Amino acid sequence: MEITPDVIIYAQWGAFKVNATLVFTWGVMLLLTGFAGFVTRNLTASVDMNQRQNLLEILVDGLLSQIRDATGHDPERFLPLLGTLFIFIFTSNILSMIPGFQPPTGSLSTTTALALIVFFAVPWYGIREHGLANYLRGYIQPSPLMLPFNVMGEITRTFALAVRLFGNIMSGTMMGAILLVLAPLFLPVVMQLLGLLIGVVQAYIFAVLAGVFIAAGLESHTTAQQETQNAGSVPAKE
Amino acid sequence: MDSLALVAIGSVVAAGICMGLGAIGPAIGEGMALARGLSSMAQQPDETNTIVKFMFVGMAMVESTAIYSFVLAMILLFANPFWNYFLEKAGQ
Repeated sequence: MEITPDVIIYAQWGAFKVNATLVFTWGVMLLLTGFAGFVTRNLTASVDMNQRQNLLEILVDGLLSQIRDATGHDPERFLPLLGTLFIFIFTSNILSMIPGFQPPTGSLSTTTALALIVFFAVPWYGIREHGLANYLRGYIQPSPLMLPFNVMGEITRTFALAVRLFGNIMSGTMMGAILLVLAPLFLPVVMQLLGLLIGVVQAYIFAVLAGVFIAAGLESHTTAQQETQNAGSVPAKE
Repeated sequence: MDSLALVAIGSVVAAGICMGLGAIGPAIGEGMALARGLSSMAQQPDETNTIVKFMFVGMAMVESTAIYSFVLAMILLFANPFWNYFLEKAGQ
């Protein structure tokens, strides 16, 4: 019983191990890039498009509207990051239904990497929006006493993002494996249905939370800017 | 062997307690969320789609606390570092 696909090792050169997480991550990446390249080679602007282009257009439109709902900003800037996060997690969660496929999101290394991307994307967007000084000033809102709590909050929410996705997907596969031993044929199918739902919802939550964090990184500093602009008129909060 | 048995007993008992206690809170919370969601759907049937969407998102976030307990229980049972350490000691 493997708790994570990291321990399934296919090949090894010295210290570099090719484990199942790597293999299936690259598999999902190849699938997605291959499909996207295949569709976007002959895009058309006319109405009579093929089904694949229609699928991608629906996907991008839906992503844009969801990101607009989640962040309250113009969604075009966030689409590459959040859309890629969503599609990658969604695909690997859905493909976990295929026997023998180890979902890469069921490994803590993958989810930590994705959460770290979000962790560094927040200051990236924030600093590009407001400049370094204004962004850092957001950490001492509403008062400098809150600085350690703000910093800790950023770290813990990133950790929670990683562990949430890992735990949900890992528990789905573990439940399936355990039930397969105890009660084969019927119960695992029910659990897999639940696992499908959980996988879709978790992908959605990951992308939406990443958007919310980035939007919060943009928002809190706009108030900081306004307060510095009219610092004389606003009484300082005690 | 004595310490090995102690580690085994401790791990299994702790995993059970962890899963049991860790499921209570999220279960109550999700039940409350579901109750409120259903009553608001009864009041506003037109808003069902929005309510269901946010209810599921919130539920999944509540669910993740139970998942943390589950992860901890799984680590205690199947990937226990102390267990492996004592196994190594016993092997030598």
